[in-house]
Amino acid sequence: MKPKFLVGGLLILAAVAYLIFSSTRASAERFITVQEMEAEGPSIVGKSLRLTGAVVGDTIQYDPNTLTLTFEVAHAPADYEITEEQGGLAEVLHQAVIDPNREHVKVIYVGVKPDLLRNEAQAIMTGKLDANGVFHADELLLKCPTRYEEAAPDQTSS
Amino acid sequence: MFAEFGYGILFLAFLVTLYSLGAAIYGAQTKSTQWVESARRAMLLTFPLIAISAASLIYLIVNNHYEVSFVYEVTSKSMPTYLKVTAWWGGQAGSLVFWAFLLSGFTSAVTLRKWNRDIEFLPWVIVVCAITVAFFLSLVLFYETPFARYWQDASGKLLSDASGSPITSVFAPASGITPFLPADGRGLNPLLRHPGMVFHPPLLYLGFVSFVIPYAFAIAALITGRTDDRWIRLTRRWTLVAWLFLSFGLVLGGRWAYDVLGWGGYWGWDPVEIAAFMPWLTGTAFLHSVMIQEKRGLLKHWNMILIILTYSLVIFGTFLTRSGVLSSVHAFAESAIGPIFFTYIGFSFIASIALLIKRWPDLQAETEMKSMLSREALFLFNNLLFISILVVCFWGVMFPLISELFTGQKVTVGPPFYERATTPLFASLLFLMAVAPLSAWGHSTIQTLGRSTWKSAVAASLVGIALFFTYTQNIGAVIGFTLVAFVIFITLQEFWRGTRARQRAQRENWFVALARLTGRNRRRYGGYIIHISMAIMAIGILGIESFQSETQGTLAKDQALNIADYTVQYKELATWDDTGAGVNYTRAVVDVYKNGIYLGQLSPRIDYYFDSQQNMTIPGNRSTLRDDLYVLLVDWQPVSNMSATFKIYVNPLVNWLWIGALIFFFGIGIAAWPDKDPEAEPVRVTRSSKQTSAAD
Repeated sequence: MKPKFLVGGLLILAAVAYLIFSSTRASAERFITVQEMEAEGPSIVGKSLRLTGAVVGDTIQYDPNTLTLTFEVAHAPADYEITEEQGGLAEVLHQAVIDPNREHVKVIYVGVKPDLLRNEAQAIMTGKLDANGVFHADELLLKCPTRYEEAAPDQTSS
Repeated sequence: MFAEFGYGILFLAFLVTLYSLGAAIYGAQTKSTQWVESARRAMLLTFPLIAISAASLIYLIVNNHYEVSFVYEVTSKSMPTYLKVTAWWGGQAGSLVFWAFLLSGFTSAVTLRKWNRDIEFLPWVIVVCAITVAFFLSLVLFYETPFARYWQDASGKLLSDASGSPITSVFAPASGITPFLPADGRGLNPLLRHPGMVFHPPLLYLGFVSFVIPYAFAIAALITGRTDDRWIRLTRRWTLVAWLFLSFGLVLGGRWAYDVLGWGGYWGWDPVEIAAFMPWLTGTAFLHSVMIQEKRGLLKHWNMILIILTYSLVIFGTFLTRSGVLSSVHAFAESAIGPIFFTYIGFSFIASIALLIKRWPDLQAETEMKSMLSREALFLFNNLLFISILVVCFWGVMFPLISELFTGQKVTVGPPFYERATTPLFASLLFLMAVAPLSAWGHSTIQTLGRSTWKSAVAASLVGIALFFTYTQNIGAVIGFTLVAFVIFITLQEFWRGTRARQRAQRENWFVALARLTGRNRRRYGGYIIHISMAIMAIGILGIESFQSETQGTLAKDQALNIADYTVQYKELATWDDTGAGVNYTRAVVDVYKNGIYLGQLSPRIDYYFDSQQNMTIPGNRSTLRDDLYVLLVDWQPVSNMSATFKIYVNPLVNWLWIGALIFFFGIGIAAWPDKDPEAEPVRVTRSSKQTSAAD
């Protein structure tokens, strides 16, 4: 193998490593639960997050004129093992919504109201927390675990 | 009855597979043709056995046997029969049976070929396929069986465990217990009730499974030590077919997302999409680099690594889609099979790599790569780009797990990560696609390469400049379109050059010359057609990614929204029930104008499914070569039906994506069209012209 191939190969390697590194830095989002977010305090305001929680059905409000959707999510554990211990995702989400002592956070999302947004759905939201403790979601991903065993592509709205 | 029967037959198939595996190993060790023949016959028997088992599963599905939990979970009475059948591969357990069914079919087909001088491969091909079949059968027999049933005690109470979830098993857990029959099943997710969903998963699976065959031959070559390029020639068409199915599956998935998911896109960099995309990347790299081995005797280690990676990624892809390891738009349930999949991937990968290391010295290159601009060097570069995209994808998918391991925090990366990291790589691939076919084998310089490409390069630059002044000032898009033009011009130039030469030499008319040129060098010109199709698909991707515009608003009747040159005016809305199908339809009608000229009507719809309490948003789409006007009905005021909310996208050029896909399949068809079975006969040296064209 001639040196020029080695140099060429190393250059490509370096370029790809740089691409991956810089893209990761630019778009990494911390995956976080409501409880973890509350525990962080004001330091987390303005950072890119992926927040997960259980949709509280009574709080869903939608203004079709401004396409503004507001609702609250209650804290639900996101860890797979904990979820399984507590009886599965559907049960965990149900408990999260009926428990009045859970941490809640208000979410604002501007856009089309997703079909899957309903009580006790699992919401995974990309966005930022503002200084007033309201989460502004740019993207909303919903999962309704009770109904389908598999292959239910949840909705993406962005 | 059919549940026990199907399970029993599946178990029998498992035993026969194990026998085949043992007999093949023993036969190969003792060089006993009888034992190998016995292994082959056993392998041939597994296919009808799994087919019978699958048939009993389909029987249970079609006849509403909801006591079988799999049937309960994926079908309901309101589904038409053809959709019920598709539930076979719609649900997890069934899809694993489907996998085993396909693989045993493919293995049977491959063992039936004339082996002649390749007979030494046969036992080891059977071994690899039998291990894979046995793995999938053991999953459906012992972990996720589609034949498990619900049970009730004498009082008719559903049996459940301590935590309240129902107990399921194939056979009655105790005496005096009878199957529990729910009144109706839960039904397939309405989003999946679409023709795209009928064909998308089986095509992906066909692609996944076909890649097992070249892998099996590669392993056979490593074990037998017959490490020339025979295994590659034997499996060339399998590889192309696998690639065809996988590509087709990916495109159909995109089309399905565009038609029913209602977010105006076709690809979301979702982990499950990436899971299917990763083996496609290594498979594409493999398709290219085997040509280098055939032509120049180079990259032998590399090809082995690529096919081993492809196999692992195929299993990994099945694992990602079938376990809860990653949260995804494709919300597959968490299940017990994750660790088993992972163990199997680890085991097969390490075993394959160990074999490769053992044979490493036998796989030395026959020549040296000399010039950086030679065809083989550019092919190697193309391979590196595909692998780089793979690394980006793998990194993105695994990043949450990696970061959790090291920092304790789960950090995810989304579509912006993939778009940013892969765009320069895809652009480089386009550039190589243009240049590489014109570089010479062995030795090539800037001068020789420049001489053959400069005309097309100038023409493509002119296209870029023209676009900049007339169409868009988006520099990234202009560069992209310039590269696309470069690929198309060079490839057309190649067709032109070949046709002209033939026309002169053979005195044929232009069309005959073109047809014969392509027909005699199918692999090469089929490949060129695929390159053109990729460039055309790139037009669509560039269009929608760079220029998509959207607007949304709530309209009273006769009010309108403007977007790009379009005006969309809301006319009327109707809502009605179809109780037979269990659906409520809400359909809006809008008038579409472009620059004030009336073009027609669109009717976006919302279908509400009662059984699953779920909406499906069907866009009204007006599709032209220039752009798609994609109108979604979002909401309406039910009391008066007076106002409705719409979201509207204009997706420029996206149609070229689907047009490119059609050309792509045409190209693969040409490249994969059988010659007079050149693989079965030993290569004869009687006609040298035939040999060179076949190997090109």
